[in-house]
Amino acid sequence: MNMRRLWAIVLKELRQMRRDRITLAMILGIPIFQLILFGYAINLNLRGLDAGIVDQAHTSASRALVMDMLATGVIKATARADTPEQLMTLLRKGRISVGIVIPRDYERRRAEGRAVAQILVDGSDTAVQSAARQLAQVPITDDTLPDLRAPPTSTPREGRIRVVAFYNPERRSAVNIVPGLIGVILTMTMVLFTAIAIVRERERGNMELLIATPLTRSELMVGKVLPYVIIGLVQTCLILALGVWLFAVPVRGWLVDVFVAAILLIVANLALGLLISTKAKSQFQATQMMIFVFLPSILLSGFMFPFAGMPKVAQWIAEVLPLTHFLRLIRGVMLRGAGLWELWPDVLALVGFTAVMMTVAIAQFRKRLD
Amino acid sequence: MSAEVEPAIRARGLTRRFGELVAVDHVDLSVPPQRVYGFLGPNGSGKSTTIRMLCGLLTPSEGEIEVLGLRVPAQAEELRRHIGYMTQKFSLFEDLTVRENLEFMAAVQSVPRERTRARIDTLVEQYHFEDRQKQLAGTMSGGQKQRLALAAAVIHEPQLLFLDEPTSAVDPESRRDFWEKLFELTDAGTTLLVSTHYMDEAERCHRLAILDRGRLVGDGTPAQMTAALEGRSFVVISERPRRVQHALSALPGVLSAAQIGASLRVLADAADVESEAAADSLRARLEDAVHKVDPKARFAPAEPNLEDVFVAATHDGRAQREAAA
Repeated sequence: MNMRRLWAIVLKELRQMRRDRITLAMILGIPIFQLILFGYAINLNLRGLDAGIVDQAHTSASRALVMDMLATGVIKATARADTPEQLMTLLRKGRISVGIVIPRDYERRRAEGRAVAQILVDGSDTAVQSAARQLAQVPITDDTLPDLRAPPTSTPREGRIRVVAFYNPERRSAVNIVPGLIGVILTMTMVLFTAIAIVRERERGNMELLIATPLTRSELMVGKVLPYVIIGLVQTCLILALGVWLFAVPVRGWLVDVFVAAILLIVANLALGLLISTKAKSQFQATQMMIFVFLPSILLSGFMFPFAGMPKVAQWIAEVLPLTHFLRLIRGVMLRGAGLWELWPDVLALVGFTAVMMTVAIAQFRKRLD
Repeated sequence: MSAEVEPAIRARGLTRRFGELVAVDHVDLSVPPQRVYGFLGPNGSGKSTTIRMLCGLLTPSEGEIEVLGLRVPAQAEELRRHIGYMTQKFSLFEDLTVRENLEFMAAVQSVPRERTRARIDTLVEQYHFEDRQKQLAGTMSGGQKQRLALAAAVIHEPQLLFLDEPTSAVDPESRRDFWEKLFELTDAGTTLLVSTHYMDEAERCHRLAILDRGRLVGDGTPAQMTAALEGRSFVVISERPRRVQHALSALPGVLSAAQIGASLRVLADAADVESEAAADSLRARLEDAVHKVDPKARFAPAEPNLEDVFVAATHDGRAQREAAA
């Protein structure tokens, strides 16, 4: 590989990028929009739901249970009621989204291991419903005797939620989402940029000129990828800074590890984009192919839904996606304070993915028109 | 003149198929060095495909190619260091400036780093880009773009330069300037292969190959080729050119009768001028036909030109093929 020719490609890409306003806007705009969208608007864990509470037991334990629930921040007591019937009315009128009923025989039910309380929820909004389900787990785990709640509900899913809750006691989704968002944004922009990179030159006719020169395939490929590594790191910095500033997202591990993880994902995505680029016939086609990668990444990687809860087949697919491995790395580093070396299987997976994709992309690219 | 000199390009039986379509059909070529060699042919005659095969961008379906002593496509990578290629469509980067484009090509073509600046300065001066170095290539006119493309194609001083219809989007004035540059390059020892569908450009070439539907139907210097048509061209000046044209076109032995303003240019079949007697009878027949329509019309033999060569070559080629089939 000739360094001068490689640098010529890199320089050319950077100069073209500087003059391409839409790409520039994407580089900075996508991270900012996504972060604000996911951080504020798409709040997967609802907070401050209006709630009515009827405590018919009036014991110290029942009062403690109510306090625990309020302490989660998921609900706030906004309405007064004395009977479950009154709660139902409030619920129907839409004055409250959640109603909590603690029956007179609370202490006996607790001792016998029966249901101790009832949460009435406005089920028309599934997000509210799931918030209520989370709420239902709060008192029992912290409060009651161990033998009371063994069989029916102790799925691994709850185990996970409990762990997340430990590092995210207020259940703020931003803490969980921002690290993942780095991965989502990098997947979206990096794959797209490189997927278009070679197709665009083919469409504009530049490729015929380039392949008639002594430029080698690897020089062309690597030269096209390198500038975007820098772009990807700029985006990572932007999301991290905004995440810390707006949502007080913690970085518990080493910052270096965060960036190393980011670089691993960036090159994996760039290599994938290049492969798309060698296959696609037009920029439009490249964008379509990119969506085939992007959608499963968002849905299956564990960004939206917990990985453990997915069917086996979905998990297998997810294991092939770079974002899945990156999420494990970045959540480990940022939220649990883990070191990258402790997460080596995922590091290895990303490196392997990159090597395979890049090799295939270079092999697929022909310095020929036929 | 070129018998003892090793040709810059030699091709034998060059063929390229795209599915059912035979784009280039058993073409034999021998291009002498340090000359302008022209490919003349209508659109779709296989000019671009042939050029692409010669510089190793397309793999031939059949045939052998040797360019600058290198076998193509096997040694195409080696060849790329010695050739320049100017594509039909402007293929430099429209969103880079004139100078940035030249810098890029210099680096890619491995012009020694210490010579790059001087080389670009020279080209900028030679090709008149002094005031436009910082202009984006995409904002320039067709003629300016072609000049830039040529400058970029010769930045590494290639031995051999391929130009695929270099002047198709250029005004006549710029075309003349462009050809001046091409001759300067041959003076400096470069071999040029230029494809065109303009007769006036073809006339400037030292040597010419005429392509028609993928076949090589003529090969030689413009002078040789026109000389071979001696006695077959006539001019008719008439008040009623269209009616005369109609009458002549129907006559056996007339290949074409094309109207040029108030006159008609008539080309006769080769078979009809094989002997002096045949030529005389042809003349008489043509003159008769003309005067029948317009008694006042003037009829005279004409000096054959390349247009005639082209019409004759494509017609003869087709006739041969039809006879064979």
